[in-house]
Parts: sequence; C-alpha cells; structure tokens
Amino acid sequence: MKNKIFVTISFVLFAFCFAVFYLGLQKPNIYTPKLDKQIELPNFAGNDFFSGEKVISDNLLKKNSYYIINIWASWCIPCRAEHSFLMALKNKNFNLLGINYKDNNSNAQSFLNELGNPYSKILSDKNGVTSIELGAYGVPETFIVNKEKKIIKKIIGPINNENFNEILELIK
Amino acid sequence: MKKLIFFITFFIFLSNNYLLAVDKPSELENKIFKNLRCLICQGQSIYDSQSDFAESMKIVVRKNLETGMSEKDIYQFMKKNYGEWVLYNPEINKGTYLLWSLPIILFVIGGAIIIRKLGVFKK
Repeated sequence: MKNKIFVTISFVLFAFCFAVFYLGLQKPNIYTPKLDKQIELPNFAGNDFFSGEKVISDNLLKKNSYYIINIWASWCIPCRAEHSFLMALKNKNFNLLGINYKDNNSNAQSFLNELGNPYSKILSDKNGVTSIELGAYGVPETFIVNKEKKIIKKIIGPINNENFNEILELIK
Repeated sequence: MKKLIFFITFFIFLSNNYLLAVDKPSELENKIFKNLRCLICQGQSIYDSQSDFAESMKIVVRKNLETGMSEKDIYQFMKKNYGEWVLYNPEINKGTYLLWSLPIILFVIGGAIIIRKLGVFKK
C-alpha cells in the first residue's frame, strides 16, 4: 500500500515536471515586455541637444497633450528606416520629443540635416541614463504618452506601417 | 642593465598605480550589477555585459546610490521600469512562489526517499 502511494506521488511529480519543462520549451526564450500596459511616465532629465541646458520631464511635457517620445541615434540604421514615419507624424502636428542616444553631436546634426528634424525638442543622452530612466530597451524605441502622462504604447524597434496606423488610431 | 631593470620596475609601479586609481565598482555596486539582467544580451547580468545599455544601467545604479537610494530601492526602481524580469533574484509573489518552493519540496521528497531507503526509522 505504502509503495503504491510512493509510486503514485513519484509519477505525479514526474508528470508535473515534464509538463512544466515541455510548456517552457514552447515559449520563446527572448523576453518581450508587455507593451500595451498603461504605466506612469517616469521622471527623466537630460540636456537640450542644441543649447545644452538641463531639462526635466515635468517642465517639458504639458498635461492635456499627447506626446510621442522617440529614442534615436545617427549610428542606428533602423532609425534611418523609421525616419519618414516620424516626419509624417510631425506633418500631422503631433508633439515629438527626441532623445538622442549616445551620439556624436555633429553626426546627429548631419543626420537631421539630411533627413529632416521631426522633433519639437531633442534631449541629448550622452551616457544613456535618460533612456534607462524612461525604461527603454534599445534604439530605436518609441513611447506614446497620453494626456494624463501615461505611456499607453511602447514600440520597440523601428516604426512600421502597422505601428504608424496604430499611433494615428491612438491619438485621435 | 641595472638601469634597465630600474626603469622597468619604475614603469610597472607607475602603471599599477594608474590602474588602481581608475574608479573600481564597490562591493555593493557589484552585488547590484550581478542581480540585474542585461536588456540586450538576456542571458547575462549587467556585471558580465559590456553592451551600451548595460553600461548605462551601471551608471544609473551608481547615480542612484549616490543620491542615497538603498539596494532595495534600486531594485524597485528597475522593477518599475522593466518589470520583475530584470531581477535575477525575483521576490516571492503569486507568480514566483512555485519557483521558490519547488526546490524545498524536491529536497524534502529526496530526503524522504533516502531515509526510506536507509531505513533510519525502522525498528
């Protein structure tokens, strides 16, 4: 009798472990954060790209207005690919805030001269601290911030057609 | 020859001094670095990684320690920005209780098996 219980428990345990590992194998190894969860926009600070003055997020983002925060760099090839979408968003009168990640100022300037400047304000993030304070995962990355200063959407990687339409849908 | 040895020793002494002068992370900083996951190379901690984002995270940790944040506060700050996933030592909650309790359960069962096999309590 005791032996039977022992065998049953062992079997159940084995089956449980098997199921956990089997299900684990089905999941992709690469973590993708939840992008649609609304989170409070963290406070962040940086230096103005042109004047070098220190700017804090509270003074930068006004309530009752939507913002698109975009992290970019001149050395980042996908940033080049998404730039036309950013210019299109600018033409639709959206507030775009750029964060220039670990970049050389003159390279960044020629990038903007070549492709156009879609941003109403750019912060220079020389050591990457601003991006970490914002909770960024890489370059390029785009945050959609609503009127209550909550991040309602994060786009990791370059903006594509689908993302672009989604942004238009979100900010009506 | 003596002069050469003198210069070599002098040079080693100088370079060693220079290396020591470079800002080395403290023990606490290293402990925190080892418990934070790198965002780019996800199998590594930021302690092991030299990616741009890992380096930025190290700067943020240092900056926060300087402003008087405790180790726990820093973990909370990172958790708020990146989720529980960023910590290598996740806290006990409903999503992780199995993770924490399974080794103990397996240890107890294993111990029970050994005791049974050895017949410790058999009269």
